[in-house]
Formats: sequence, C-alpha cells, structure tokens
Amino acid sequence: MSRLKDLQKNLFGGTTSNARQFGMIFTLVAIVVLFQFLTDGLTLRSDNLIALFQQNSYILILAIGMLMVIVAGHIDLSVGSVAAFAGILVAKSMSDWSLPWPVAILFGLAIGAIIGAWQGFWVAYIGVPAFIVTLAGMLLFRGGNQYIGNANTIPVPEGFREIGSGFLPEFGPNTGYNNATLLLGLAAAVAVVWREIQARKTRRAMDADPAPMWISILRMAIMVGVIAFASLRFASGRVGTSFPISGIILLVLVIAYSFYTRNTAGGRHIYAVGGNSRAAELSGVKLKRVNFFVMMNMSVLAALAGMIFVARSAASGPQDGNGWELDAIAAVFIGGAAVSGGIGTISGSIVGGLVMAVLNNGLQLMGVGTDRVQIIKGLVLLLAVAIDVYNKKQGRFSIIGSLMRPFRRDDSAPPASPPNAEREPAKAAVSG
Amino acid sequence: MSDVPILLEMRSITKEFPGVKALSDVNLVVRAGEIHAICGENGAGKSTLMKVLSGVYPYGTYDGQIIYQGAETRFSDIRASENAGIVIIHQELALIPGMSIAENIFLGNEPRKRGAIDWTAANRMALDLMARVGLEEDPDTLIKDIGVGKQQLVEIAKAFAKDVKLLILDEPTAALNEADSRHLLDLLRGFRSRGITSIMISHKLNEIEAIADQITILRDGRTVETLDVRADGVDEDRIVRGMVGRELSSRFPDHTPKIGEVFFEVRDWNVRHPISAERQVCKNESFVVRRGEIVGFAGLMGAGRTELAMSVFGRSYGVYESGTIIKDGKEIVLKSVADAIDHGLAYVSEDRKAIGLNLLDDIKSSTVAAKLSKISHRGVLDEVEEYKAAEAYRKELRTKAPTVDESVSKLSGGNQQKVVLAKWMFTDPDLLILDEPTRGIDVGAKYEIYGIIQRLADQGKGVVVISSELPELIGLCDRIYTVFEGAITGEIARADATPENLMKQMTSTKKMLTR
Repeated sequence: MSRLKDLQKNLFGGTTSNARQFGMIFTLVAIVVLFQFLTDGLTLRSDNLIALFQQNSYILILAIGMLMVIVAGHIDLSVGSVAAFAGILVAKSMSDWSLPWPVAILFGLAIGAIIGAWQGFWVAYIGVPAFIVTLAGMLLFRGGNQYIGNANTIPVPEGFREIGSGFLPEFGPNTGYNNATLLLGLAAAVAVVWREIQARKTRRAMDADPAPMWISILRMAIMVGVIAFASLRFASGRVGTSFPISGIILLVLVIAYSFYTRNTAGGRHIYAVGGNSRAAELSGVKLKRVNFFVMMNMSVLAALAGMIFVARSAASGPQDGNGWELDAIAAVFIGGAAVSGGIGTISGSIVGGLVMAVLNNGLQLMGVGTDRVQIIKGLVLLLAVAIDVYNKKQGRFSIIGSLMRPFRRDDSAPPASPPNAEREPAKAAVSG
Repeated sequence: MSDVPILLEMRSITKEFPGVKALSDVNLVVRAGEIHAICGENGAGKSTLMKVLSGVYPYGTYDGQIIYQGAETRFSDIRASENAGIVIIHQELALIPGMSIAENIFLGNEPRKRGAIDWTAANRMALDLMARVGLEEDPDTLIKDIGVGKQQLVEIAKAFAKDVKLLILDEPTAALNEADSRHLLDLLRGFRSRGITSIMISHKLNEIEAIADQITILRDGRTVETLDVRADGVDEDRIVRGMVGRELSSRFPDHTPKIGEVFFEVRDWNVRHPISAERQVCKNESFVVRRGEIVGFAGLMGAGRTELAMSVFGRSYGVYESGTIIKDGKEIVLKSVADAIDHGLAYVSEDRKAIGLNLLDDIKSSTVAAKLSKISHRGVLDEVEEYKAAEAYRKELRTKAPTVDESVSKLSGGNQQKVVLAKWMFTDPDLLILDEPTRGIDVGAKYEIYGIIQRLADQGKGVVVISSELPELIGLCDRIYTVFEGAITGEIARADATPENLMKQMTSTKKMLTR
C-alpha cells in the first residue's frame, strides 16, 4: 500500500508540473497501446514510426516556440503563413539565385528573424495584442508566399532535402541495424541515468530525501527500456532509413529549449511575465524585451519548420503550412499550458503534440477519413483541457488525478502530494 | 440584548477541506438589528464561515445547521441566500469598471419592461438607492471614474437593490482612507437604526470597538467567545487577547534606533501622470533617508505617496520630468527597475497580489525572482542555491509553510508578505521602500513584520514606510514626512508625531518644509 503511494508520488517526481506530465505520458502510452491493438501492430512498426516523426517534426518544432509564446501570455496565429513565406523564399533563393543550400538555410532563419522582429515590435513596443498582430501576419505572409511564388510550387535541390527527408548515415560493421541510431539510443540511455543521479544529488543538497532507490531504478529501467525499444525500431527499418534528420533537429531543439526555459534567468523571466507581468516588471524584468524575444523566436522556429516541410515535400507550394498554427496551439494546451499564461513546459507540449500525432496516424492507418479524424481531434482537444479545468476546480492535480483515481484504493490520500504538505496551506487558502 | 429576536443562528458548523478542518463546531448567534463583528487572525476561518452562510459552499458540503428567521435554511448557491436577503460584500469589490453605477447596481437584477431593460426606471431607482447610502454621483458615471470609497458605496447600494436583511461586509474599510472609512461606519450605524442587521469582518480593531454591538472571535477554526461590547466593556486589548490567545503587551517591538548619516536623497522630484500629462503627481518633492533610519510617509489615499515611491524606483510610474537622486554622495540615474535594483533600491508594493507576487510561483522562485543573477553561474540557475537562499529566509522570517516548494497562492496574507520581504531582502538593498507593508495582515503577523523592519534598519539600511494607518507610522518611524496632493507638506520627528498634527499637515496645502 505505502509502496503504491511512493510510486505515485515519486515515479515522475513529486511536484505538480511533473504530475501533470506524468498524466500526459500516461495518456500517450495508452493511446499508443490502443492503436497498436486496433491496427494489428502497424502503429509501432519501424516504417510507421519513422513516418510519424518525419510528418510531425515541424509541428513539434512549432510547439516549442508556441509554448514560450503562450507561457508569456500571447498567441501566434501566423506560424503557418510565416513557415510558407520563409519556405518559398528559401526555395527561390536556391532555384533562382542559386544560393548553396547551407547558405539558404541561414537565409531562411534570417527571414524568420526579420519577420519575428516585425511582429515582436508591434506586440512588445506598440502594445498591439499578439492575436491581432499575428492574425494580420497570417494574411500578410500567406499572401506574400503566393505573390512571390505566383501561387506555383518551386522545387528544392537534393542536398537541401536532407533536413526533411534525410536519415542518420550507415557506417561501421554490419550489425543488421543502423549503427548511428543505436549509438544515439545508447547516448540517450546514458543521459537518462546521468540525469537521475544528478537529480538525486540535487535532492540531497536541498536537505530533502530523494525518492526511494527502487523507484529511481524502476524509473530508469522504464525509460531505458523505452529508449532501447525505440532505437531498435528506428534502426531496423527499410534499408536506407533510420532515425530521421528532422528528428535529430527536433531533439536538439527540445533539449536546448527545455534547458533554457527551466534553468536560465531568461527562461524564468518568460514565466514571470506570463504569471504577472506587472510584478515581473517591478522585479526588474525587462517586459518589452521578453515579449519581443518570444515573438521573434517563434517566427525563427516557424521558418525552420517551413524549411523542413519544404525539404520533405521536395518543393515549396502555396498551401504549405495551412492550419499549422492550430496544431501547434492544440499541442501546447493538451500538454498542460494555461490559457492565461505562466504555466506550461516544453516536454509537456511535445507529449501533447505526440498525442495528437499518434491519434492522427492511428486513425489514418485504420482508414478513418480526414473528416472524422478532424472531428475526433477536436473532441480530444476539448476533452483534455476540460478534464484539466475540472480537476483544477476540484482542487485535484490535473489529468493525473483523474487517471490515477481508479488505481487508488486509499481515497483519503491526495494523489501526488504527501498529506502533511497539504495541511498548512489548505488552511491558509481558505482563511479570512 | 437577549430579549431581541435572533435573526441568524449557525449551529456547530464544521467544514473540511481535503486534509484540513477549516471550521470545527463553530457557533454564531446574530440578533436582529445589531452590528456583529467577527474577529480572528488570518486563517481563523472567518471568510470560510461567511462562505458557508452565503451559499458559496452549498448545503451538504458542511456539517451543522443554519437557522435564519426562525427556520432552518439550506442554501444551494449564492442566489438562494441573496433571495433570502443575505448579501455579502467581498473585500475585492465585484464591480465592472467599464459599466456605469446604475448598470452595476442592477447587474443580474435589471428592471425590465416587456423583456427589455427599463433604463428610465433603473436610473430612477438607482438614484433612490444611492441616496440611501449617501452617494452623490450621476448614475451614468462609470465605476472606474469614482474612488474606492464610492465604489464601496455602490456595492452596498447594489445590496439594497436586492432587498437586503442581513448585510455581510468583509474588510469593508481595508482600502479606504480615514474620511471614507468614517463615512462608511456612520452609514452602518444608520442602517442599524433602521433595523438592518450587519455582520462585519475587520482587522481594524478600533473600528470594531467603535461600532460593533457583539463580537464573535474565531481562532483556528473554532469559536473562542462572543463578547457584548457594552456590557463586557470590551476594548482593543481584550479583542487581541481573544484572537491570539495571549496578551500582546505592545503592538510594536521595543527598538532603539541606531541612526547614521544621510545616504539617500531625492531632490526637487517632478513627475507627471502617465496618461493625462497636464497632471503633475509629484511636485518638487525632496526628502532624505539616513542609514539605520525608518522614515514614514503619511498622506491620504491619492496624495501621491505610491507614485513618488514608484517613480523613484526606476521610473516605474508616470513620466519623469526633473529631479535628482543622490546616493552615498553621488548622483545616480535610475532609468529602469533593473537600474534601481542594481543601485540597492527595493520597493515592496502596496498590492502584493496584483503587482507584488506571481501567484503561480512557489516560495522558492518568488524569493529569488528580483535577483536571479545571485543564484546563477554564467546565466544558468543553480537550483540548490535557490533552495538554500529561500530556506534561509523562510527560517529567518518564520514564514509558515511546510516547504519552500509551496505555492505562494496558498499562503495567508501575512506569510505572503514575508515572502515579498524575503524577495527584496535577497537583493541586498541599501534602501527599502515598503508601501503599506501590513495591509490586510492580522495583529500577530504585523508585530513580526515590524520586527523585521526594525532589524533591517539596524543592519544599516534605510527604510521608507508608506502607510495609511497613523498609529503604525507613529509607532514605527523615526521621522515622518507628510504628503498632500503630490507635495511634501511637512517633516515631523518621532517625538512630535501625534495623529492630530500629522492629520493637519496631511490635509493642508501650506508648505511647511523649508530646507
């Protein structure tokens, strides 16, 4: 009994946000298992997993930027159009001005930065709501894409396509697997173990008891298991395929931005602005700079996402990026961000994006038409946020509360927090 | 009083939240036509009790009985209790700033004629209701264009529109200045003479003593006692004893100031209003602060004390026009809050929930929020140092929280204020400006905050205290400036400070400062 409680409390950390993430991961696993069953094992097949990542990496990259925008209390509706605009300019720069593709990528990022500076200027320095600025941007840059491309598609050269449809290279002895992918998996496994050790050290330095050893080991075992499974799957696909390059880009961005948002002053300022902008300002946070940065950063990531998409589809077209903003926003909110800002994590948004991606993919594998897929996705978004809102009103911890309830035999214990931590503050919260 | 009929009786009310009993076995007897005060420290359960009474916590979520007008009632929501004539006016006013007085009074209760709102009738009725609460305004005036005191009156008029029999006021005078408070209290007396019963929650014990007929004291979710003010000869000390369960010998800790030389000076400070540029909010103001000194700023609400403090603190209010700041003999220019923090200034704002804290944060990150550079190495935050800093302040200031991972939104007002103080102490300031540092805080916590302020001064820091409570300024400060309509009108040493002479200078345009 107490072991079960320990497990709930500690498996993915004891804090609220971790509990939320656990709920999300739980949901993701449940959906994967469900579709694995419904599609007779198609979902977790190598080629499907690879396609899943390639098809969704650009949405997940957008979700990273969108998370920061939403945490700061804004929204960005223009990302799909910005992606398309950057995509067509980059395609044109290579076909008409014959820029070498690496230079073209830098050029694309620069376009993103300029567009971002434009939007950030209006939001941060003039004070126009981001909703309006980016609604205008959505029209502006969609029109820009079609104006520049004459509403035609422009193909892109071979080398450039690598960032969208390339894979980790083959090298070394013939193991029957892709060695690079295996190495990547190994590195990830080492990283997981190292992080666990660091986390235990930090807990001890904070005079707090780290989670029981068996939980740490269980947690590491689960994660290493998942990594091993995934890397074997990715490494054993059709010949010539392995872990996609776009996945690598995504991975690097997730790690870098997670670090930035969690462990640096700049990242914390974004949360401060979203939580209470006036209080942040009076604590020395440069409000305008933060707002400018998140808007600008979003457009740079949108340009990158646009380029990856163009690379994958081998050409830039007038309809690229249609509706991306909604997918990215949905991923962030399913991932537990607050509509009013100040709350949300990168990893949560990624899991949220993956939930949508797996859902999409699984339904397609089952032969469900796009009409019904959209209906289901809409309902899932509504339901996920509704459960969250409902549980918050009930004073429970978000999704995990509802998910764990059937497993909880001792109903008096609050789901993810030690009872003694509840007593004092709960009293204060209801005080006069 | 015992022959007067009982209007309301709450019998052994128990209300539990997950893991905590907010109320246990609380009894409250309110007789018709009296003013009944409810006292208790923060967290004693006053607001919870009123929420049970007004149906915010509906029947079934608590144990016990509510007998109202001789019959047991079971309110399912606020509407049900309002229909029975019980109206609660919360500390945070529930008015819509962009709507007119009349629109607010009849919000959700609009007089109708054939389905459409009858504005002629509404305005006529509004004028009638406003007359009853002594509010002289055009009913078309927008709420945002009238002061807090008048807004409070609109709330009460709104209650009358619902045919109130039992009026509950939660901290009605917390945000009001002396004159508005007096007006409100007179109003309550007037209601009493017309047979309206009031329940009043307040931290201002002098007001309770002056106005209440009965006082029920709560402590830790239990009823301690009910006092009959006249029969029992109740005074402030008696109430305090009931609230804290012990004698509080003095409202201020003993303190011998160690005052050094002048180290901070503001000269000829001129600031204009951020929106209407013709309005000057700081008029040629000059003041000095010495090391180890606690300097008070007295003034009526709207006198421009907060505006002065915030404009000095990195121009965070208004449009700077002219004036110099001299610190340690050198002129400094503070163009942003970050500049001000770097130069050793700290400003604890008057409204901690609105602009002082990020309520989504935990204690830990709130404590370090104003100086992240202190816990970071090359831009990367060190969580362990953050924890240690926060933990040290939690212990030093005796903040009541299980751990520093606790969300600040769950803390009581006094403990939140300690977190804000910790946040600014963490920046190692030389000058702390504290704006209404004890607003909405109970007696026990106030005493602790005073102690912290005195310790800070003893460390050689300069402390500026802005307060609307004159006894607080007189008890705490070594020197007091008076401010009236954006100008400093006087400077009074501790020995000469009395409420009378402070009040005189707080309300006069005559410049008495010649320096």
